Amino acid sequence: MRYGETGARLEIDLSRGNIEKIDTDPRDTELYLGGQGTAAKILWDRVPPEIDPFSPDNLLIFTAGLLHATPVPGANRVVVNTFTPQTNFMSHSLMGGFFGPEMKHAGYDQIIIRGKAKDLVYLYINNGKVEIRDATHLAGRGATETGDLLKKELHDDKVQVAAIGLAGENRVWMASIEHGHSSAARGVGVIMGDKRLKAIAVRGTRDINIAHPVELFEKCMAMHKKIGGSDGCGDWMAYDEDDSFHHNHFAWGNARTRRKNFWSEELQNRWAKLKYDNMSRQTSCYNCPKNCRNVIKYKDGKRFGYKCYGKDTYHMAAFKELDFSYDILGVAQEYGLDSYSTPQALAFAVELYEAGILTDKDMPGFPKDSGERIWYLLEKTVRREGIGDYLADGVSRAAERIGNGAEAYDHNTTKKFEQLPIKLGKVNPAYFLMIATGEKMSITQIEGSFPQDPMRTLEERQEFVNKWTSPPDDRFKTYFLEWNKRDEMSDQAFCDIVDWNEAMHYIDDSTGLCGFVSSFRGQFGGEVAYNIHNIPEMIELSTGIPMDKQKLWRVFERIRTLVRAINARRGLRRKDERPPEDHWAVRNEEMEQKLLSKYYMFKGFNREGIPTEERLEELGLDFVAKDLIERGILREEDNFTAQELAEAPVNNILRG
Amino acid sequence: MKSGRRKRVIKEIKVDISKCTGCRSCEMACSAFHAMPKYSSINPARARIRVYIDEIRDHFVPIRAGSYTQAECTGRNRYVIGGEEYSVCAFCPASCPSRDYFKDPDSGLPLKCDMCEDIHPLEKPMCVEACKFDALTYSEREEEYYHERDQKTADAGELKIAFEELVKQHGLKKVMESFSQLSKR
Repeated sequence: MRYGETGARLEIDLSRGNIEKIDTDPRDTELYLGGQGTAAKILWDRVPPEIDPFSPDNLLIFTAGLLHATPVPGANRVVVNTFTPQTNFMSHSLMGGFFGPEMKHAGYDQIIIRGKAKDLVYLYINNGKVEIRDATHLAGRGATETGDLLKKELHDDKVQVAAIGLAGENRVWMASIEHGHSSAARGVGVIMGDKRLKAIAVRGTRDINIAHPVELFEKCMAMHKKIGGSDGCGDWMAYDEDDSFHHNHFAWGNARTRRKNFWSEELQNRWAKLKYDNMSRQTSCYNCPKNCRNVIKYKDGKRFGYKCYGKDTYHMAAFKELDFSYDILGVAQEYGLDSYSTPQALAFAVELYEAGILTDKDMPGFPKDSGERIWYLLEKTVRREGIGDYLADGVSRAAERIGNGAEAYDHNTTKKFEQLPIKLGKVNPAYFLMIATGEKMSITQIEGSFPQDPMRTLEERQEFVNKWTSPPDDRFKTYFLEWNKRDEMSDQAFCDIVDWNEAMHYIDDSTGLCGFVSSFRGQFGGEVAYNIHNIPEMIELSTGIPMDKQKLWRVFERIRTLVRAINARRGLRRKDERPPEDHWAVRNEEMEQKLLSKYYMFKGFNREGIPTEERLEELGLDFVAKDLIERGILREEDNFTAQELAEAPVNNILRG
Repeated sequence: MKSGRRKRVIKEIKVDISKCTGCRSCEMACSAFHAMPKYSSINPARARIRVYIDEIRDHFVPIRAGSYTQAECTGRNRYVIGGEEYSVCAFCPASCPSRDYFKDPDSGLPLKCDMCEDIHPLEKPMCVEACKFDALTYSEREEEYYHERDQKTADAGELKIAFEELVKQHGLKKVMESFSQLSKR
């Protein structure tokens, strides 16, 4: 009997209509846990680098986290992975809600989709009964509307649905997969649409067995209490009406304009009233004592949900106010569009129009009002009509296709992916490393454990450190105590901090824990619920797999290194690891490149950012090393010299 | 025991649907508590509480499993609360033939909330313990009630009706035979 997981996966071939249930190898669980870790192993094994994202041989994988459907609170984020056309790399996408736990109760840790259906279909999974069904009657239907229609069609209000909207159907690269008021962004909706898969409806009524029941349950009930009562967990922006942080510090339009004094008390009161006058309630994901989603019903629009910065992106792209976002979010959610990247692509087109690169010939009837313009472009983009066909490929590719100087306006992407619209003064080395080397494509998916800013007085720092239980070891406390200026720390400290930040995300995305109770949240206040010290216990008690922090850290390194190898095999190199050139006004290329080399050495990568043979073997990834060498990707001449290595920061976090 | 006014303790779970966030922690905790052995498996489908969730219409209603019923309702009610229309099934605690609520997924046997009464009684039922939003709150109150005599003697008229029914079903001869066998014991 398997504990904590089902030990089975579902293989769906949409081209042939084939459905199979496959038993999985428990040894892989020890090595990769679940979630992104398991998906990475599958993608490495089964999708060679020559496979185009739009090939039927590309896989779309839904993977439940290892701790989903156990009593562990806050474990509910299902991972969706594939190769996405925007970057040609492994996409990284997550959504909260109920889908992952339901998959496991249906009896599957993973759902792997390959091939392409001839016409629109949906997948119905009801425990052992799995069917590929016609979905042509759902064509053009909204993403959450589809969930509602399927619940009626299947006569089951407990069925959990993940669906695409019109954007996914039209292969818009910014298309998301929507599940109730949760959504999976960053390049997965386009592939679901390409496979002509409108939705997956899953229902499960099977047990998930627990290895150490009484101990685990007691710990989880205590954790419930702790998370529920803690200000250090959850999305504080669900409650805090002061959002000067995003509005005064992030850039508006096409990641261009800072409005440092935008926020005011008058505005805050007016927006808070707008929110509470139209808020249905705040809702939670499965088994989580936080209610981070604001659910809004505005005027005659569709009811929608948002978290955190998700409410700001459209009106900041359009230079409007919150009511503009409330109008558009209900529509954009039904279209199934990522609210992070989409507004940037639309604002990019506005800039091109103002610069005369796009004209009325390209955009007939283009309105004058900045808000109406965003609406105009949204409707074109989701249908791939006219200029929308270009914008539907995201900023980088659109700039390339439009040409005529448009490339210069693609200024906020890294690895061809839209980044958060942040424009700052002096380069911050830790953030340089994170934005440059992150492979989850957004800074929010790598930052998070170590505070963003130093505290002013030693007393404040000491008080913070005294309560701080999450650091892997005491060196992080020393770093924080001695930290005065944001950009001034030793290279060793920067490397350690970036590595710890990254580690927690890789662990969360394999166990299924939410960043708001773990990896993302500790940077704000330090009092986060989960950390490297208590997650091993949750894993061991749930699954029976012996786990400690050293072993879990090793799992992180294995998964992270494998993801790097997957992308390196598809062409990722050092030259791609550049934050947007204007992310900071004052740059220091020499310092940045030196630091990048040091971090590569720290991570066990070579000069090109490719994992070395030694590191791969150390992590049990010999088969990866062999493949990279055979393909000529891992080359001796890219190795750092012995002297460079001797001077590099030492990676000895939890390495004994 | 004689008839008369007596007191008993009523256990109550107050459900505030405006406070429910739809996290379903109550379902998780209930299924864990009622697993055999305790906490050894998780399965919301075995829970004796279910949260009826309709995100589109903003309906979030935790329902505790009540009694089993053989027949489904004749007709249905619809409730309008604060402008929102709810089906009666959203509130109904019955394990009934018209839906798969409150039936063990393997055996199909009805599930019923037992308020987590146990050899070592809990301070409050597990679902309430797991609810961090006070959508479920627990209280006990004393209630006076009228206690009828323990064994009520049927009157002659009722007996006659009962016998007539038996004769209709099995024939007079069989009923006579059985009655005479019984009287010989």
